[in-house]
Amino acid sequence: MSWLHPYDLARRASSVRIVTLLLFGVLVLAFFRIQVVAGGRYEVQSEENRLRPVVLPAPRGLVTDRNGVVLAENVPGYSVALLAPSAEVFRGTLERLAPLVPLDSQRIDELERRYVRAPTELVVILRDASFEVVSALEEQRPWNPGLVIQSDPKRRYPFGDMMAHVVGYVGEVTESELQEGVYPGARLGTVVGREGLEQRYDALLRGKDGQKFVEVDALGRTVREAQVVTTLEPEPGVTIRTSIDLELQRYIQESFPAGRRGAVVAMDPRTGEVIALYSAPSYDPNPFIGGYDPEQWRALAESEDFPLFNRATQARYAPASPWKLVLATMALGRGIVDMESHMTMPCTGGMRYYNRYFRCWRSDGHGSLTLFEAIQQSCDVYFYQLGLKLGLTNMLQDAGALGFREQSGIDLPNEYRPLFPPSTEYYNERYGRSGWTNAVTLNLAIGQGESAQTLVNMIRFYGMLASQDGDAPEPRLVPGDRGRMRSLGLSESHRQGLRDALLAVVDSGTAVGARIANLHIAGKTGTAQNPHGPDHGWFIAFAPVESATVVVGSIIEFAEHGSSVARLVTSVMAHWLLGPEAVPEGTPVPWLDILPDSAPEPVPILPDTALLNQRPDQAGTRAGPRTR
Amino acid sequence: MRGRGLDRPLLAATGILLVLGLLTLYSAGQTDFPTGVADIWKRQLVWVGVGSIAAGLAFRLSPRVLEWATPFAYAVAVFLLVLTLFFGTGAGTAAGTNSWLAIGGVRIGQPAEAAKLATILMLARYLSARREPPQTLVELMPPLILVSIPFVLVGIQPDLGSAMVFLGILFAGLFWVGVKARLLLLLASPLISLLLAFSTVSWGAWIVVLTVLLLWSRPYVFEGLTVWLTNVAMGVVALELWQRLAPYQQNRVLSFLNPELDPRATGWNIIQSRVAIGSGGILGKGFTEGTQKRLAFLPEQHTDFIFSVVGEEFGFLGVLVVLSLFVVLLMVLLRIARRATDAYSSALVIGVGGMLITHVLVNVGMTVGLMPIVGIPLPFFSYGGSFMLTCLIAIGLSLRVAWGSRLSGYADVSGEWRRT
Repeated sequence: MSWLHPYDLARRASSVRIVTLLLFGVLVLAFFRIQVVAGGRYEVQSEENRLRPVVLPAPRGLVTDRNGVVLAENVPGYSVALLAPSAEVFRGTLERLAPLVPLDSQRIDELERRYVRAPTELVVILRDASFEVVSALEEQRPWNPGLVIQSDPKRRYPFGDMMAHVVGYVGEVTESELQEGVYPGARLGTVVGREGLEQRYDALLRGKDGQKFVEVDALGRTVREAQVVTTLEPEPGVTIRTSIDLELQRYIQESFPAGRRGAVVAMDPRTGEVIALYSAPSYDPNPFIGGYDPEQWRALAESEDFPLFNRATQARYAPASPWKLVLATMALGRGIVDMESHMTMPCTGGMRYYNRYFRCWRSDGHGSLTLFEAIQQSCDVYFYQLGLKLGLTNMLQDAGALGFREQSGIDLPNEYRPLFPPSTEYYNERYGRSGWTNAVTLNLAIGQGESAQTLVNMIRFYGMLASQDGDAPEPRLVPGDRGRMRSLGLSESHRQGLRDALLAVVDSGTAVGARIANLHIAGKTGTAQNPHGPDHGWFIAFAPVESATVVVGSIIEFAEHGSSVARLVTSVMAHWLLGPEAVPEGTPVPWLDILPDSAPEPVPILPDTALLNQRPDQAGTRAGPRTR
Repeated sequence: MRGRGLDRPLLAATGILLVLGLLTLYSAGQTDFPTGVADIWKRQLVWVGVGSIAAGLAFRLSPRVLEWATPFAYAVAVFLLVLTLFFGTGAGTAAGTNSWLAIGGVRIGQPAEAAKLATILMLARYLSARREPPQTLVELMPPLILVSIPFVLVGIQPDLGSAMVFLGILFAGLFWVGVKARLLLLLASPLISLLLAFSTVSWGAWIVVLTVLLLWSRPYVFEGLTVWLTNVAMGVVALELWQRLAPYQQNRVLSFLNPELDPRATGWNIIQSRVAIGSGGILGKGFTEGTQKRLAFLPEQHTDFIFSVVGEEFGFLGVLVVLSLFVVLLMVLLRIARRATDAYSSALVIGVGGMLITHVLVNVGMTVGLMPIVGIPLPFFSYGGSFMLTCLIAIGLSLRVAWGSRLSGYADVSGEWRRT
């Protein structure tokens, strides 16, 4: 038992004591380092561990018509979002849920990318869940702990396709839009306006999202709202009151010839307020807000009729006969003619210009006409000569001053810029210095050739004709600033002369069939040649002519003749100015019951006539008429 | 004899640790989404009761009887371990191993815990029977074999953590009976080789140091060669052994070296445990208020990582208190071992100390990332019946030893010796 000698034991005990204290000292140091030195950092980490920011979406502002009828509203809805501890879990959960929530693999990839970008934030997988989906998901919750179903107001458009092109719709912001900063203040998952007023006034409508924090556990289950961090309340968006009149819009939609493509715009020329704007065919935005159905979307986007396309602001057509008023304005403004002037040659159904024969729509000719009569009869031969008299350079210059190379400025996004050659250099570059002749002037003079205008921009010009002082503001769907005022630059007598001539068009000229009793309507028909099929029909008018309160214009694709459009436009005017009784509801607008008097446009008799006009959406990008 | 001869410091330290352990276990069950461990403290309370009765019985057991019964206890423990190898099942936090013995589907315990106690007794018996401490490696063979049998049987369950405890018991016992430090170093050298083998340079350096050490200590040639060759062999087979480890064991080692390697999977435990402890700060988040624990970020908060709950809810001060209590407990055991009247009792108490200190250092070190996650419980804190029973019986035996030495008045004499 010698090792049990007390002396040895005491010695070894002190060694053991020292070693023990040293080992525990190391432990204590380790805890000191973590808890005292780095405690703050770990405290932050534990907060981050458990607190997840949840966006409180601001209720989007409403959109109403001029009488306060709601055109875009918020209805209760549910959104489904997901929190996950890792990308694998995230993907696994999505794949489990895919049969309940329609998710294709492309969408799953997209959501996973979003998750990876901000793993601690909620990822919304379904913006607008039906009650059935929500209850089915609730049953799945025990197996999918990260599932967050929250009430999320959903956008609804009570009038569906009637207002689609005016109001637009909403959708979740895309990653590329975020990167480019298209929507300031938006973040992943923010619902932003797409198209229409929703897009144009997005900043006002969207309001400011709030934020709260929820406490989650390791499996991503929400435990409670965090008390430690203050909740930022959302600021609701502003309600926007438009100048649209729902009743008129409804009337237009109902009277618009079924199956036709085209657009109608009604505007108050005094203020620029747009009272109705309809593009056909239209679409119902309700099915694809929030929800995501690629099939449906593809069907719309690839439809032959391009229903997503706003034909009032995004389609360019040859301005045709309504352009004759533009030419008359230029000529009067430069003092080249007055309302009583005759041209050198009387109309004999056409005129020779060098080696080509330019026809008038009326093959037996109009005879010698004054400007007044030429407008009334829409005589092409008269305007060919007027164009030559004005000269190409002057025409190009005045077109710019009158705004035919710029957007109308209407408060809708993605308005197309009208096309009109900026100068003769345009032709030099296009065809070479000797590749074109002055014959282009003749085409431009009657609204053909390399001119492509939007309906809304033509309305703006007729607004200037209609107004008392020859000035007109930019068209506005939401009254506010008037934008850039433009002026015709004509004397009172000249404006009066043009208005009288336009009145004569409807009273006794090419649009005589569109007359409405008790209403003095001034307007102009037009037929735009179209290489793809029957001609497009134009009609733009204003009333009452003495002090116009409304300008209505319409283009209908493949309508054959502008005069057939005239009846639609005048009935819309009557509906607006005289009330619904003037044109009893349900009465079909007589179609093609007017003389086909507004004419196939005159064409040079050459082999390339087929290419004379261009597709509206490509106007100006393809070779125009070659006049050699 | 009751009350008068009881070692009050040992009772007090154990009692306080038990109370703190139960409180922490209660808190560990308080999560925001209730789990199965919510009421586990009640069952632990039953085990504390059962363990106290067992400790009382152990206290009444004469060391002489115990010494006589030791070989039988050892044989039974080894038999149970062998049985476990064939009929063992996984359960609880040790689901990946076959460490449970079950009869008719009813789990009756983890024989590895009983084997720790039996090994302590057996080692004490062997060492106390010798007049001199083992002087050579050959003389170290018998105790080495005695410990190696349960060590290997537990290690292949596989339960690396518990196996480590046997090494703790062995080295504590050998040092206490006076085995020279350099001999212990030679004994430990194959293990050191195994660990260093992952870096060829460090392993090479170690072989050089070892060679110098061997030349200096001049053991028998045969011994020296054996040690040297074992070290070389360890270095060679290390990679082979590594590949034989289960992937989860490899991952534990890898994530011990770098927890950020895979923070969502293997490194998760270490990271979350560190966040829990670190966010506790100096004063802690308060009893049952630990957010890491409440929100289930903390894994195994009722067993392996129960000390993280202490760190999170009681802060650095709480950690200091608990660790100090363990130090007090160990110091008391050291004193009892020093004053024991006979060699067997002394070696026994030292074995108990070796077992406890290994558990505490490995478990607590694991929660702060100082030790790899080997999954061994913290005495008096972690939930577990077998281990609670083992610890309390060990305390009961130590109390008996202290009682015996007090009666003999031997304590004062040892004090005299220390002063000279």
